[in-house]
Amino acid sequence: MTAVPESTALRVGRPVPSEELLVEVDGLSIHFPVGRAGFWGQRVKVVHAVDDVSFAIRRGETLGLVGESGSGKTTVGRAILRRIDPTAGTIRFQGEDITATKGEELRLLRQHMQLVFQDPYASLNPRMTVLQLVAEPLVVHGRAKSVEAAKSDVVSLLERCGLPADAADRHPHAFSGGQRQRIGIARALALRPHFIVADEPVSALDVSVRAQVVNLMQDLQHELGLTYLFIAHDLSVVRHISHRIAILYAGKLAELADSDAVYESPLHPYTEALLSSVPIPDPPLQRARRRIVLQGEIPNPIEPPTGCRFQTRCPLVQDVCRRQAPPLEEKAPGHWAACFFR
Amino acid sequence: MSGTATDEYSAHQHDVDEALLAEQGMEGRPYELRASTTGLFSELRADKAGLLSAVFLFIVVFAAFAAPLLAPYGPVEGNPSTSSIPPIWADGSWDHVLGTDTQGYDVLSRLMYGARTTLLIGLAVVAIAGLFGVVLGLIAGYRGGRTDRWLMRWVDVQVAFPGLLIALIMIAVLGPSMTSVIFVLSFNGWMVYARMTRGVVLAAKERPYVEAAEMVGCRPRRVMFVHILPNLTSSLVTLAVLEFARIILAEATLSFLGLGLQFPEVSLGVMANGGRDAFFSLPRLAIIPGVVITLIVLAVNFLASWLRVVFDPQEREKRFAAGATTAATTVEGVM
Repeated sequence: MTAVPESTALRVGRPVPSEELLVEVDGLSIHFPVGRAGFWGQRVKVVHAVDDVSFAIRRGETLGLVGESGSGKTTVGRAILRRIDPTAGTIRFQGEDITATKGEELRLLRQHMQLVFQDPYASLNPRMTVLQLVAEPLVVHGRAKSVEAAKSDVVSLLERCGLPADAADRHPHAFSGGQRQRIGIARALALRPHFIVADEPVSALDVSVRAQVVNLMQDLQHELGLTYLFIAHDLSVVRHISHRIAILYAGKLAELADSDAVYESPLHPYTEALLSSVPIPDPPLQRARRRIVLQGEIPNPIEPPTGCRFQTRCPLVQDVCRRQAPPLEEKAPGHWAACFFR
Repeated sequence: MSGTATDEYSAHQHDVDEALLAEQGMEGRPYELRASTTGLFSELRADKAGLLSAVFLFIVVFAAFAAPLLAPYGPVEGNPSTSSIPPIWADGSWDHVLGTDTQGYDVLSRLMYGARTTLLIGLAVVAIAGLFGVVLGLIAGYRGGRTDRWLMRWVDVQVAFPGLLIALIMIAVLGPSMTSVIFVLSFNGWMVYARMTRGVVLAAKERPYVEAAEMVGCRPRRVMFVHILPNLTSSLVTLAVLEFARIILAEATLSFLGLGLQFPEVSLGVMANGGRDAFFSLPRLAIIPGVVITLIVLAVNFLASWLRVVFDPQEREKRFAAGATTAATTVEGVM
C-alpha cells in the first residue's frame, strides 16, 4: 500500500450511501471570456476553467474533489450550486435539471443545497451576531418569523456544532478560526439541506483543529444523512471523509475512484505525484520514500494544449499524448482514469 | 499502523481535547464582557474632540431652532441709527453683544436666525441628495451590466454640465426661495454619492460574506441593504460631512447672486457675503459668520469620526484593545 498517514483521526466510519443519485454532472464545461486577441480583436480569449467534466454523487455520499490551485475545483463547486453559469453540460439535482434555473426558483433551491466557505474569517459578516448569521437563512425563507423567534433552534444547532451556548449573542470576531468554521457549518445546516458543497473547509485552519472540523462534518453526515462535495487541494485531508475521490487537473478529470483505491492503487501519474507529496509522520520511512517531484509547468488555461493536459509534466509522456486527449475510461470496476498507459 | 497508532491516536486526541477546552474557555470573553457594559456614550466620553463637538453642535442647534424665543432682536430689526455699533470686546454695550452691521441689524440675532436656515438647507440637501445617490449607486454597483452602464452614463452626463448654469436656469423657472435652493442643490449634488457608493459596492460585493448571504437565499434588496450598505457607513458619513460644508458655501453663492434666499431671510452664507462690502472697515461682519461656519463644519467632522467608530465593531474592538492593553499585561503576567 502507498503509505499515507492518518492525518485525520477517524472517529466514526463513513455512512453507507444509497444508490440514488443526488447530483449528476454531465459534460460540464466552464469558459470565462477574459479579453480579445488578434489585431482587430477578432478572437475572444477564453479561459478554459473546466472542460467536459462528468460525475455523479449518490445520496449520503461524500465525493472528494482534489486539485491544485487553478484546476477548476472551486469553479465546479460553484457551478453545481448555480453561482456560475456553465458554458456547456447539464447539472441535475434530485433528478431535476437545474442548469437553467434562475431567479426565485433558484433562491428556493438554496434550501436544499448549501455552501461551506474556505475562509472562516471573511465569510461571516463582522457586523452581525452569530444568532443573526445562523438565523438569517431561516428568516429569509420564511421558516422563522424573526431572528429572535429562531433563537432556540439556532442555539441547539450551535450546540450540535460544538459551540458554547452563549455563542449566539457574540460577534464572529470573538471566535477562533475553528469556531468560526463551526458557525459557518451551522449556517449552512440551518435550512436542513440535503447537499453541501464544502469548498476547502479546513485549509484555512490550523492543523490541530482540522481533524475536529472534519470529524464534526462526518458526525453531521451520519445524523442528518447529508451528501457532501468536499473540495480540497491535497489528498491528506479528504481520505477519511470521502467515499470516492475525483482528481481534477487543469480543468479535466484525471481520475475518479473509491477513496481507498485512489490511495492504494492510483492509476494516473498525477495522482501518484499528489500522493507522494503527502508527508508521512515517520522520519525513516519518509526518507526512504521515493518522492515524485513534477517538472514543467501547468498548461496555460487560455490556450490549453491539444492532447492530454498533463503532458507538460508527465513522466510517462509519449507522442500520442500530444496528439489526442486520453478519454476517462473505466480501468477497473468503479475506477476511472484518463491515461493511455495505465 | 496498529499498536503505535492507537497511542498516537489517543495522544493526538488528548491534544485535540485540550485545544478545544482552551478554545472554548478563553476566546473572546474579556471583550464581550466589557462590550455589554460599554454603550455609545461611554465611547463618546473617551473621545474628547467628539464630546466637545457634540456639546457645541447641541448649543448651535438649540440656539438656531429656538431663535424666535432666544434672539434679542429680529433678524431685520433695526435702522440706520443703530448701525455699526461695535461688539462688546471693542467698547460696545451688552445691548448688542456682537455689535450691529451697516444696516443696523443685531449680528447675534442674525447669526441665530441664519444658522437655522443654514442647518436646515444643509441637512435637507444632504438627506435628499444622499438618499437618491446612495440608492442609485447601490443598484448600479450591485446589478452591474447594463443597469450599471446606463445609470453611470446618466451620472457622467449630469456631472459634465456646469452646476451653476443649471442652477441659474432652474431657479429662473422655479423662482428663488428656500425650497428651490434645496431642490437645486440636491439635483446638483447626488452624483458624487452615486459614484462613491458604486465604487464601494463593487468592492464589497466580492466579499465572501456577501456571497454567503446570496447563497443562503437572501433577496437582492436584503443583500444590498443589510450586507453591503453597512460597509458604506464610514465613507458615506465622511462624504456627507464634506458635502454639508460645500452646500453651506454653495447656498451662500446662490444667495449672493440673488438666486437664493430673498431679503428678510438670512443664512450664515448671506451674512458672510454681506460682510464683504465692508470688509476693510468692519471685518467682523464677514469673520464672525465665517468662524461659525468653520466651527460647525469642524464639529460635524469630529462627530462623524466618532460615529464611524461607533458603527464599526472592529474599530470599536481596536479602541477597546488599545485601552485594555495596560490592564491585560498585568493579568497575563499573573497567568
